[in-house]
Amino acid sequence: MSARAKSFAARLLVYAGASFSMTVLLFIMGYILVRGIPHLSPALFAWEYNSENVSLTPALINTLYMTVLSLAFAVPLGVGAAIYLSEYAKRSSRLVKVVRLTAETLSGIPSIIYGLFGALFFVVTLRMNLSLMAGALTLSIMILPLIMRTTEEALLAVPDAYREGSFGLGAGRLRTTLKIVLPSAAPGILAGVILGIGRIVGETAALIYTAGTVPEAAENLLDSARTLSVHMYSLASEGLHIEEAYATAVVLLATVAGINALSAWTAGRLGRRSNGQI
Amino acid sequence: MAKFEIENLNLWYGSHHALKHVSLSIEALKITALIGPSGCGKSTLLKTLNRMNDLVEGCRITGRVLLDGQDVYGGMDTSLLRRRVGMVFQKPNPFPMSVYDNVAFGPRTHGIRGKARLDDIVERSLRAAAIWDELKDCLKKDALRLSGGQQQRLCIARALAVEPEVLLMDEPTSALDPISTSRIEDLVVSLKQNYTIIIVTHNMQQAARISDRTAFFLLGELVEYGDTEKLFSLPRDKRTENYITGRFG
Ligand SMILES: Nc1ncnc2c1ncn2[C@@H]1O[C@H](COP(=O)(O)OP(=O)(O)OP(=O)(O)O)[C@@H](O)[C@H]1O
Ligand SMILES: [Mg+2]
Repeated sequence: MSARAKSFAARLLVYAGASFSMTVLLFIMGYILVRGIPHLSPALFAWEYNSENVSLTPALINTLYMTVLSLAFAVPLGVGAAIYLSEYAKRSSRLVKVVRLTAETLSGIPSIIYGLFGALFFVVTLRMNLSLMAGALTLSIMILPLIMRTTEEALLAVPDAYREGSFGLGAGRLRTTLKIVLPSAAPGILAGVILGIGRIVGETAALIYTAGTVPEAAENLLDSARTLSVHMYSLASEGLHIEEAYATAVVLLATVAGINALSAWTAGRLGRRSNGQI
Repeated sequence: MAKFEIENLNLWYGSHHALKHVSLSIEALKITALIGPSGCGKSTLLKTLNRMNDLVEGCRITGRVLLDGQDVYGGMDTSLLRRRVGMVFQKPNPFPMSVYDNVAFGPRTHGIRGKARLDDIVERSLRAAAIWDELKDCLKKDALRLSGGQQQRLCIARALAVEPEVLLMDEPTSALDPISTSRIEDLVVSLKQNYTIIIVTHNMQQAARISDRTAFFLLGELVEYGDTEKLFSLPRDKRTENYITGRFG
């Protein structure tokens, strides 16, 4: 084959791959939108759930709680651990390698395993019952490795020349990390958080046996609470409200899209901030 | 008067003996050039002076480094040391923030607050680094958008902002075009009035043009040290002569 033919074939392959994945994505989205939008009724957004209206509002609120709570545990821990690994620990140390390997292994475990662990540990042993708290703790353990790894990668991608410049001016490790390294890494860290949010919002298996399926907005941390995904799963598996399940899927899609847009906007602002005042 | 007194300094990176029995006295308010082939330990010596080698794993040092008679490795606070002994790196490394914040970073690190004071320091530092006229109208500009030569002068201003006594410069012009290089050379010569300058360079003409004293290193050893003019016209050591006439290195 001549070089031109080869490059043509390569291009064809790339285009074929790209258009195939685009088509699949658009098809799924289109399918859900077409099946779901006609069933978006005001009743679906009623404040209280009952078996007639199968309102998704409580689940939407619970999703918000679950996301915020899980992130409140996972982000400080994950980012803190990553800062320790990349900025404080010796780069060649055994501990760093062990922690990295553990995180990598943990991020490959199916979520149902986390669910099982959460059910046994938080729900039974710690007597939290099926609750928002037990669910959020389980999810935060689940996304911790993800947050840690993406943050560490973002920190390691910050050029050492910045650190040297800062140390060279007499700044300590803390100031260098907070004022120079973290702002440069913020967009990368946020990308990890977005992935984490995606997993929280989309999770069902790890939640059914930890947060339970009560379709009411949680009033305190120990209330059982079903999130949108769990809600959808329940509707679909009961088989009585398939149309509403599609409508719920539309709302779920919109929620995820909204969160991503918000995050991208924040990342943009953070990026600009790090170039501005300190 | 000697600003730095280096006594029988040895440095190892793991098992690699990078500086061997170096003794050297750096005069105050003079420009001292460190020359020698790649890998001979010039940057390493420079970094022992403000203890940047502390950050390198497996780096071990024996001997003494005295700054104004005080042992740099004898429990001196590294933050204070680096405030007194500033550093400019080979590749310009402005922080990804505005020109103003770059220059103000050092003073803020050392506890200086208040807009008026910082404004004053920023202006003085940029003037001292001969870049005020170019940048005075764009202090808010992202420093990464400046040209390479401007970035390097900004880094010099940033180093000057903490009012150091000594300026360590590691090949500060090797990444720059000839015009930026000559501007920085002029700047370095003018800074000599107030600062002790130690500059590493691969450029023999540059060493001859701007420095008062020159030290020639080979494989971690100090081969010859003396007045620049003498060292270049009448080198005492055969190896120095070979190097400056371009026979190796
Ligand atoms: N962080 C480090 N770890 C291990 N070895 C190092 C380290 N930095 C430098 N070395 C070694 O120490 C020796 C001296 O290095 P140094 O950077 O001081 O040389 P140099 O004279 O500045 O060279 P150049 O002109 O190329 O910049 C070299 O052999 C180098 O490989
Ligand atoms: Mg060097």
